[in-house]
Order: sequence, then structure tokens, then C-alpha cells
Amino acid sequence: MDLLLQQIINALSLGGIYAMLALGLAIVFSIVRLINFAHGEIMTFGGYGIFLAMAFGFPPLAALTVGIGAALMMALAMERAAFRAMRGADVVSLLITSFAVSEILKVLFQNGISARPVPISFPASWSGTYQLAGMNIGVAPTVSILVTLTSLSLLTLVLRRTSIGMAMRAAAEDFEMLRMLGVRANRVVAVSFAVSGLLAGVAAVIWTAQRGSVDPVMGFFPVLKAFIATVLGGLGSLSGAVAGGFVVGLLEVLTQAFLPDGVSPYRDAIVLGAVIAILLVRPDGLLPAGDGSRS
Amino acid sequence: METALDIKSLDVRYGPVRAVRGIDLMVPMAGITALLGANGAGKTSTVMAITGVVPVTSGTVSIFGRDMTAAAPDAIIRAGVAISPEGRRIFASLTVEENLILAGSAAGAPETAAALRVSLMERFPILGERRRQLAGLLSGGEQQMLAVARALMSEPRLLLMDEPSLGLAPQMVDAVFAIIEELRNEGISILLVEQNAALALEVADHAVVLANGEVAAAGAPANLTGEDILKSAYLAA
Repeated sequence: MDLLLQQIINALSLGGIYAMLALGLAIVFSIVRLINFAHGEIMTFGGYGIFLAMAFGFPPLAALTVGIGAALMMALAMERAAFRAMRGADVVSLLITSFAVSEILKVLFQNGISARPVPISFPASWSGTYQLAGMNIGVAPTVSILVTLTSLSLLTLVLRRTSIGMAMRAAAEDFEMLRMLGVRANRVVAVSFAVSGLLAGVAAVIWTAQRGSVDPVMGFFPVLKAFIATVLGGLGSLSGAVAGGFVVGLLEVLTQAFLPDGVSPYRDAIVLGAVIAILLVRPDGLLPAGDGSRS
Repeated sequence: METALDIKSLDVRYGPVRAVRGIDLMVPMAGITALLGANGAGKTSTVMAITGVVPVTSGTVSIFGRDMTAAAPDAIIRAGVAISPEGRRIFASLTVEENLILAGSAAGAPETAAALRVSLMERFPILGERRRQLAGLLSGGEQQMLAVARALMSEPRLLLMDEPSLGLAPQMVDAVFAIIEELRNEGISILLVEQNAALALEVADHAVVLANGEVAAAGAPANLTGEDILKSAYLAA
């Protein structure tokens, strides 16, 4: 029981990170048809933002804010510098552009900062545990679940209640029609990148707070998992991306916790096999885009 | 005389495909011009080029006397153009009311948008009744009403209506055409794209028949011969 509850908390915590990254990918994809392989570097840049802020003597919470801001700025800069010029290009050209952006940033991180992980030391209390109904529960995973839920709820509120949120939902459905209503394309696209950057920044905060270091390829694996999550949820579907993120997180944690030692090297294969099995039954994903499902 | 829309030798290409080949087209102030032709004749490409979402390859598009050939869609909409597009293209995952709010926030004046929304829901009572429903759940005719109401949220002076009667029940078609005449009487200039030539010619002041991206015939409806109209229906690419 104790173990199960802890694993559920771990699954929600990891799944939440994947969900936020997947949602950022899905928002951008649904509007500009860009599968942004440089999304991981947005997250990494957020991590370096935290590192640099701490190095300059910022208190931990302020440093985390700087990290989120750094990811946001990186996402906007990427859109302005690389993707705006490629607007309307086909999916493959956009994909290759994002690979180029990703590689350039990785090299800049390696040569400009360090190819090795740089440590970030957070207060010891953050990695502690607390007691709940006689069970030891980690502070960091709990906070990360709360932060994830808050971020996702706020985003849902923005998407449902504000006019820019309506415009983003409409853009995901039919961007050309939205432009024919007089909505400025650049504004909607910039906001979608800003939201994806913000979510990647929050993911970076949780990720670095749990691991205590940043390296040039930090964003690669979580974003890879987030890609799988977006496909699993239904490419372009916002609610699907969130659902996919939590499913992938859950599968990973469960396989890690409960697989026998002899099988554990095949963990990723087993997780991906499960994803393939789900897609065989539901080829358009768990919550496909374009069936009228709300974000 | 100032015209609402004046197109001169318009060319629209999609890569190697020349969808529109040097057409001239005019919509008089507070008048209706019918744009007729078979599937693939270039009608929708012409309309999309007017809104600016499809680039004009060559030629000029003047809207209320201003050259808008290379303008961005938002500038064209602000100049007083609105579209009720082919296939209606309402936002299915938004509610009826959100569809209208969105259209008002983009182009209309914020202080008048709410009042305009209320008056449009009175004008189209079915939209008022269903304003909290997802637009995707409306019937075809109701979606067409929503597409027209959404276009009117920007208080346009030139309305582009692309196949408003397609796929609708006969009573709905009558209702849509009644609205078209009403809007014209309110002083809105209309470019009406229709496959139903007989109906369109009843309300139009002027008609242009396209075939294979070129103007096959043009003139007042009374001056078009039966042969011209036959071309519009059957001479496909």
C-alpha cells in the first residue's frame, strides 16, 4: 500500500512533466503544423536560466522564476528568428528547421557553458519527505504535482475564458478561417509559442529541482517522451497531449517499480510496446483532434 | 462611380496550377454580383485571393477604391470585407456565442461588439436559442446562419458569400436568399458565389461566369444567354 501510493505520486509527478511538455508541443503543432524538435532546448535553456540566476546569487524561488522567464524568451526568440520565416512551409521543411535550431542551441550550450552537467544546489528541505497517514511522501514530487495541476488549470481557464484563448482553440481547428475573420496570425502564433515556452519552463523547474543539475541535452529525453505522448493522445489534440503525458508517465513508473530485475533493461521497449498496442486499437490516439473535444 | 470591389486581370496560381487566369470582376456599391461556374472553375480561389489568405500572383484587387492586392488578411477585413466561406467553416469546438465573440474581438469595435452580438442573435433567433451549444452540433442550415452572423460581427461593407445554399434543404435555401436580399437593402455590397445559377441570377445585379479559370461570360442577368448559364453549370475543367 505504502509502495503503491508512493509510486502513484511518482507517476503523477513524472506524467505531469510529460503532460506539460506534450501540451506545449501540441499547441504549437495544432496552430502552425510544426513538430518542434527544439522544444527540448527551450526546457534546457530554462534550466540554465535557473543555474545562472543561482550563480548570480538569486534566492532559489527567484531563480526558478528566472528559469521560467528564460524558457519563455527562448520560445519567442525561436519563433521570431527561425520559424516565422518558414511559416506555411510543408511539415518536412519545418521539421528540419527545428532540427537545425535544436543542434545549434545544443552546440551553443556545450561551448558557451559546459558540455558537462552543472550542479544546482537547492535547499535540503526540498528533497525531504513528509508523513501522511503514516507514509513517507517526497516533498518534491508533491510540489511538482501541485505546480503541474495549477499550470494546467490556469491554461484551461485562459483557453476557455479569454478572447486570445478562444482564438487559439479556433486556430487549432482552422487557422486560415481565423485569419479570414481578421485575427492577426503573428499574434496568435507568438502567443502559442509563449505558452509552450512557459510550460517548458515550468517543466524545467520541476526537472532540475528533482535532479539538481543541468546539461546540454537535459531536454532531449523528456521531450522525446512528450512526443510519444502527443502521438498517443492524438497529434494536434490538446486534451489528448495531457492524457498521453500522464499515460506515458504512469507506464514508465509502473514498469520501473514492478518489473523483475531481469526484464528491466527492456523497460523502454515495454513502454513503447504498450503505446503501439494502444495505437493499434485507437489509431488516431486517445482523444483525437477534430472530433469536437474541448481542450 | 466608386465600386465596392474591383478586380483587374487577376491571376492565382498554386505552384504550377493556374487556378484563376486574368479575370476581371466588379461588385457595385450596395449591389450583388453573382460569380457562377462549375466545380474547379476558380470561384473559391478568387474569393480566397480577395481575403488575402491566398496570394495574388498578378493583377490588382481594389476594395472601396483602395488597392489591397498585397495587403494582409487582417488589413483587408479592417477595410470592411467579411466572408461566409465555402463549407461554412464555423469553429465546431467553440460554442455558437464564442464563434461570434471571436469574430467581434478580431475586427469589430469592442464597445459595440456585445450589442451587435445581441442584435444578431435576435435577427437569427435559432442562434440565440443555441448560443451555449457547440457550433458543431448545429444543423447545416443553422451553421450557415452562424457563418453569416459571424461575418456580420465585423460590420462589413462588402460581404463575400461562397456557396451559401450548398447542401441545404429548400426552405433553408429560401431563408438564406431572403437574408442576402435583406443585407443588400441595408447597403452591404455582396459577391455571391453560387452553383445554383437560377437562384443567384434572381437576386444579382450583375453576373460573371467562370470556366477553367477564365471569364466565359459577364453582364446583367437579363443579358446572359441560356448558353452562358449552361456553361456555368456544366463546363468543368
